[in-house]
Amino acid sequence: MDRKQKVRGFSCSIHQIGNLGLRLLWSMVHLLISIGYFVAAAAKAVESRIISSGLLTRYKELNISKLKYLAVVIESDDAVQTSKIVQLLRWLEAMGVKRMCLYDAQGVLKKSKDSIVKMLDNAVLLEELGEKDLMEKPKCMALEFASVSDGKEGVVKAANLLFAEYKELGNRDEQFFTEAKIGEALRAVGCKGPEPDLLLVYAPVRCHLGFPAWRTRYTEIVHMGSLKSMSLGSLTKAIYKFTRVRQNYGK
Amino acid sequence: MRSCLFKVLCMGPIPTHFSFIMDGNRRYAKKMDMGEGAGHRAGFFALVSVLKYCYEVGVKYISVYAFSIDNFKRRPEEVKTIMDLILEKTEGLLEEGSIADQYGVRVYFVGNLKLLSEQVRIAAEKVMEATAHNTRCVLLICIAYTSCDEIVNSVRECCKDKMEVVNEHSAIQLVDIEKHMYMGVAPDPDILLRSSGEKRLSNYQLWQTTHCTLYSPTALWPEISLLHVVWGILKFQRSYAYFEKKKKKML
Repeated sequence: MDRKQKVRGFSCSIHQIGNLGLRLLWSMVHLLISIGYFVAAAAKAVESRIISSGLLTRYKELNISKLKYLAVVIESDDAVQTSKIVQLLRWLEAMGVKRMCLYDAQGVLKKSKDSIVKMLDNAVLLEELGEKDLMEKPKCMALEFASVSDGKEGVVKAANLLFAEYKELGNRDEQFFTEAKIGEALRAVGCKGPEPDLLLVYAPVRCHLGFPAWRTRYTEIVHMGSLKSMSLGSLTKAIYKFTRVRQNYGK
Repeated sequence: MRSCLFKVLCMGPIPTHFSFIMDGNRRYAKKMDMGEGAGHRAGFFALVSVLKYCYEVGVKYISVYAFSIDNFKRRPEEVKTIMDLILEKTEGLLEEGSIADQYGVRVYFVGNLKLLSEQVRIAAEKVMEATAHNTRCVLLICIAYTSCDEIVNSVRECCKDKMEVVNEHSAIQLVDIEKHMYMGVAPDPDILLRSSGEKRLSNYQLWQTTHCTLYSPTALWPEISLLHVVWGILKFQRSYAYFEKKKKKML
């Protein structure tokens, strides 16, 4: 019995040492990856400086007409940095971006939308533009502000609106529900924005953080890193690369 | 070698749900000067390998974008080739020794199955029934699927449910919409890999990927290997703490 306990105790110790060894290896792998990312970030920073300086000719002429609607997703914790956001918007305005959406999940940007628009020389809120202005060639930058309430919660509101209509019509027709009908209901509850061509994500990780699902079917999602590392060069490169993308939309 | 690698990986969190967009089969066929349909066959072999790696490392749910509703717009001959391949491989899942058998996989075919031919639909239903008792892992094959169609279907089902209940006055809630999603049989994906370097989701799991790491290796789908799966898991592990913090904030 005593011998069996000793053997059991011994194999337990071996198992623990083994696990410790594996954990050490795992930590080393992640340390190496972090070093790799650090070096890559440094290289990106240098490249960004070169692009901003105008030395690379291919980035000088951006075919911005291809970018009809841009969306920028910002990590909510960083969305309080209004001066950085305004700087980003000024760069985009200088590049010729006219219609865009600023999104953060918690709606921090929505709360400061009026002050952001005021800080820009020539910008308006998209919601203040009439149908006629939207159809015409844009004269100034129009900004939309969105949050998680325009995403999943927007679909819930649209569903309730459609249910009221469905119930009133006494309609049992399943053809009542179509993508066009949902789109119409979303617009009726205030989720009006178009589908962005490009979504730039300023967050620690590449993900869309709940940007309205209905509007991102074929949107290019590009990770820009955290807001603190934003640069004109990386922004220029991201938009340039977007203008070179060819989509076949499933065909 | 692989099991040692997986033992090291398992020292960190493993994704519960790994999702894949299998993009690049046609480009692969062109690159390798193969005939029509050969790229999709090569893609199938890559899929089987990826499934094995994921199940061995401990991923419980895997979803794959096998065929989009938009893909029906392709040339009829190509659609027929793909559907014939899907039928052949679906029937293969019923055989003894199939991957479903080997790994105890429960298979779901997720999407608007009414759009499929009767043959494919019946085969899919047979596989779902035959594997319903498997509990080790889950494979969700998204076929005749788009996120927008999924949302439309969910809203339709919610409204039908509400109509059935007499004197029902409560509003449709988010939990109702999510209950009726095609993907409601699995938790949200933790990481989504789209091969061939494309940066968009192409109407795939737009609703479910709020807190999902998006990963786009440049390899074409038939070239996806163990290294890409491992790198995806390492990326997930790096972003794990960030997403856990986000999910806690939402609760």
